[in-house]
Amino acid sequence: MKKDSIPQDESSLSSKDMKEMCYAVDENGEYSTALSSGWKPKTIALEVTMEDLNERIENAKKLVLEGKKSPIVYFMELSRMDWSILASYMGKRKWIVKRHAKPKVFKKLNDTVIKKYAEVFEIEVNELKDFNENS
Amino acid sequence: MKIVEFQHHQSAHCENGVASNVLKFNGLDISEPLVFGIGSGIFYVYIPFLKVNHAPAISYRPMPGIIFSRAAKQLNIKIKRERFSNEEKAFAALDRNLDLGIPSGLQVGVYHLPYFPDEYRFHFNAHNLVVYGKEGDNYLISDPVMETTSVLTKKELAKVRFAKGAFAPKGHMYYPTSVPTEVNIEKAVLSGIKKTTKDMLAPVPLVGVNGIKFVGKKVAKWPKKVGIKKANHYLAQIIRMQEEIGTGGGGFRFIYAAFLQEAATILGNPSLNDLSQNMTEIGDDWRDFALHASRVCKERVKDDNAYQQLSEMMIDISDKERKLFTDLKKSL
Repeated sequence: MKKDSIPQDESSLSSKDMKEMCYAVDENGEYSTALSSGWKPKTIALEVTMEDLNERIENAKKLVLEGKKSPIVYFMELSRMDWSILASYMGKRKWIVKRHAKPKVFKKLNDTVIKKYAEVFEIEVNELKDFNENS
Repeated sequence: MKIVEFQHHQSAHCENGVASNVLKFNGLDISEPLVFGIGSGIFYVYIPFLKVNHAPAISYRPMPGIIFSRAAKQLNIKIKRERFSNEEKAFAALDRNLDLGIPSGLQVGVYHLPYFPDEYRFHFNAHNLVVYGKEGDNYLISDPVMETTSVLTKKELAKVRFAKGAFAPKGHMYYPTSVPTEVNIEKAVLSGIKKTTKDMLAPVPLVGVNGIKFVGKKVAKWPKKVGIKKANHYLAQIIRMQEEIGTGGGGFRFIYAAFLQEAATILGNPSLNDLSQNMTEIGDDWRDFALHASRVCKERVKDDNAYQQLSEMMIDISDKERKLFTDLKKSL
């Protein structure tokens, strides 16, 4: 990459006033560094990933409202986690956490476990207990 | 507490950056590309059975921590690494180091890093930063991918030090305990290059240039095998792994090309300058691939042809890299 072709596209980096460093060659073919504000292909890849993520979140919400899954599934997706990561944060086996995704099992969970989930998701306990349309 | 003058230099990749900044602090002036080259930072591995963000894992770098460890070994630097069973102990050790004026590298998760843009916050646990001081309950942070230094509260730092999931850092802290004043840089550069050529030309299917070719062939089959929606998602993941998290594709090739230029001078071997140029061209090819792949993602292209074309681009890159690393091996 030539120094003058280092991309300066708009990206999410600007939301935090960030720029990333790149290595590129100058007119004499020597390497040095310069800053980039972002690159469109990367922004697109991030956008596609975020869209997929939002779809997963919406889908999870639907399943919870329909009573097919417990709110844990929604907050897991919202926190960009999968079963392994959630199990790891909970300090429990994956199959146990997966069981908590069943509404029937979830209803019987004791307050300590619910509180731990709330801490992991960084939410209030009642957001888990009283999940509704506006959640 | 001992107040230290820690020079923050921004870098392209976090692990090289921490290594370079910490070694500079300890009196060894070593650039990011040199750390990367001596630590054999270029790598490629495809792990189909491991899913990251619901897509197969592709890594453009060796295991977290290895670049610094390898570079340290080659340069005769002793590094102490500590992991902790709880936060209490982890912070006691960090505070002890800061009291002694030892800037310390930490492995952290990025999901809870408050200074990162939201879109960058995923459960990726192999980020690296340096803590170089403390003011009250706040820690002074030199995160090498940031332009300037940052500040984290103890609570914020505890969250990222004890992030969970794959590669959970467990409070992992590392710092040099002895840095020699004289190092045999020629020998270190030679060993670093040898290791890279060996890894990239490894005679196994999922690693190095073979791995790139393997994934290249897979890409062509994705639309039929997993459906267009998933194929798009996988492709987005490839671009992110390649250009974002650790800047593995084009980014790494440019750092390596910069390293080869430095190596040409250090070893007095001008042929490395030509190879540096070739490496730059391959880096441009990786970026070209990312550009095309992002278009396929954005337009949600439905025909197999687009994937066929991307597949060919990757296979072509694999062939070019095979030639480059073979030439590199011969040039020593």
